[in-house]
Amino acid sequence: MRKAAICMVSALALLAAPQAFAAKAEKVKIGFVTTLSGGPGVIGKDMRQSVEIALDHLGGKMAGVPVEVIFEDDQVKPEVGKQKTEKLVHKDKVDFVSGFIWSHVVLAARKTVVDAGKFLIISNAGTSQIAGRLCHENIFSTAWQNDQVPMAMGEVLNKRGVKSLYVVAPNYAAGRDMVNGLSRTFKGKIAGKDMTKWPDQTDFSAELAKARAAKPDGVFIFYPGAHTNAFIRQYSQAGMTRTPLYSVFSIDSLSLPRLQEANTTAVLGTYNTQFWSPDMDTETSRKFVADYKKKFKSYPSHYGAQSYDSIMLIASAVEAAGGDLSKMDAMRDRMRKADFPSVRGKFTYGNNQFPIQDFFLREVVKDADGNWTTKIVQKIYEKHQDPFAEKCKMKKTW
Amino acid sequence: MVTWTLVFEQLLNGVQFGVLLFLLAAGLTLIFGIMDLMNLAHGSLYMLGAYIAATVTHWTDSFLIGLVAALPATLVIGIVVEVLVLRALYRRGHLDQVLATFGLILFFNESVRLIWGPAGIQVPLPDFLNGSVDLFGVPYPMYRVTVIVAGLAVAGFLYWLVVKTRLGMLIRAGASNREMVAALGIDIKLVFTLVFGLGAALAGLAGALVGPIRSVGIGMGENVLILTLVVIVIGGIGSIRGAFVGALLIGVIEILGRAFLSTLFELVLPSNAAETAGPAVASMLIYILMAGVLFFRPQGLFPARTG
Repeated sequence: MRKAAICMVSALALLAAPQAFAAKAEKVKIGFVTTLSGGPGVIGKDMRQSVEIALDHLGGKMAGVPVEVIFEDDQVKPEVGKQKTEKLVHKDKVDFVSGFIWSHVVLAARKTVVDAGKFLIISNAGTSQIAGRLCHENIFSTAWQNDQVPMAMGEVLNKRGVKSLYVVAPNYAAGRDMVNGLSRTFKGKIAGKDMTKWPDQTDFSAELAKARAAKPDGVFIFYPGAHTNAFIRQYSQAGMTRTPLYSVFSIDSLSLPRLQEANTTAVLGTYNTQFWSPDMDTETSRKFVADYKKKFKSYPSHYGAQSYDSIMLIASAVEAAGGDLSKMDAMRDRMRKADFPSVRGKFTYGNNQFPIQDFFLREVVKDADGNWTTKIVQKIYEKHQDPFAEKCKMKKTW
Repeated sequence: MVTWTLVFEQLLNGVQFGVLLFLLAAGLTLIFGIMDLMNLAHGSLYMLGAYIAATVTHWTDSFLIGLVAALPATLVIGIVVEVLVLRALYRRGHLDQVLATFGLILFFNESVRLIWGPAGIQVPLPDFLNGSVDLFGVPYPMYRVTVIVAGLAVAGFLYWLVVKTRLGMLIRAGASNREMVAALGIDIKLVFTLVFGLGAALAGLAGALVGPIRSVGIGMGENVLILTLVVIVIGGIGSIRGAFVGALLIGVIEILGRAFLSTLFELVLPSNAAETAGPAVASMLIYILMAGVLFFRPQGLFPARTG
């Protein structure tokens, strides 16, 4: 009898055991959508390398579970981005989808992730819609909302007494967002504004001639990628260097080595705004930048820093769930607390699950080795929340 | 505020842009007109010229050597492409040629990515080209002046080549009646190869010249190819003179449209509407011009005489 009872108990234990083990996932699968081809492939490369650094720091594991990251190339096309996201969610059965450089791509891919009940961790695209009315409990950003960076620049211009400003930006969604963001805070006069054809136009002779004729106190630009280099070179060739140049999302660790290659000294001493800079004085950022430089022999960009944070945010969620990836609520609660080692130091999440964070003025300088980089000059915004958060219906309960 | 000096400066910008377009259009119009070949890969040779000039400039620290090196390099690449790939296509229809040369675009773009990486290259300029010069009271970038002068010099050289030399005579003869030239015992194959090589070298020169202004990157050839096609349609296929006039016309209209159209619209429209309509209409102007030319003079402004 007693023997039978022992048998029964062990049988039960045996039956129960697989379930107990199953709670802990065998693998944490993360799909990472970015741009790996064409000119913007430089951005994707930086993000990918930063994910590698994050995985190195985690020892390739989250809560003891091995991590697999699957990278996909969106080719800057919304339809491709959506297709790749569907593949990640339905075929690879990833637990998290992360990455996304471009606003229009993430807008196309968003529904696929949300409908499948997975987490979407946006590493760059600061789409106003997703920060506003399309906000969702399973979507987090480790970047910013588009408007915040030019808004900070507007404050800088006011402080520096810039009365008239000439604005040149590409004529597409983000270009218009940047100009609108700037106009939210800039109190001076817009002496002239040119919205150029995107992405075809790389000759700015007509715009520069007009800008010089308008005699502004400063010129404001937004040109992501290779266009920055073309613009700044033509700016200096046109003899405009005495007019201060202010920029957002244009001059960073990806464009500066190229500008240095061409010895475009006009870019030194120019100002831009951002939430982070390679010289950011936080423990995580110092470690991230040092290890990145050691491994890849160059500075990481803000794209990289945000991608590093995406992986660290996911790691904190997996830790909170003890590796059980079915515990969505536990993972969400943890991520909302932003309780992970971020490159920006301590920050909080707003009701739309976009960071409430500081923004800085950065100056382009030479570092100790003679390489061109950006340096933080001063803090412009403290704990700044984006203007679209109020359009998000979620309530902050954390 | 629109002043005369600003208009003058914008005209110069237009001429400079036009001159660059001419370098591309001259080669493409010859290839089209004489060889009856649709060559979409013309922009790739432009890109290769830019990459080669940039690389040699970095090796030798001299922009001039880089510029000069790009010419023979793209000439050779052009000849190799003609002999290996395009020869097989002359007898095929235009659609096959479009498909094959589109394949070449993909091939060259991927090759460039493998060799130079996705990031693109910047070309440093020597100091004497970096500043600006005073042209009738307008401070104008020295380098853009150089581009205008170089482009006009090449135009003069082409005029001499086509009008005064035996090769030029063959080119003109080939443009008006290929079969007759071949029937007279001229090695038309060799003429084709030379014309293609020349066209490639001109595209390479355009690429090398544009490097220090815009940035050198993958796919830079595709955007400019569309404008080049517009130029040769307006100028008349096969006509160098047409390419020259067409290129300057397109260059000046494009720049003046971008510069003054929104100001012009502000006179009649509210400023918000003018701001949106200006750039939109400016980017359409050259296509409107092309449509007009096609409607009233479908053979182009200066058609090559065909028999």
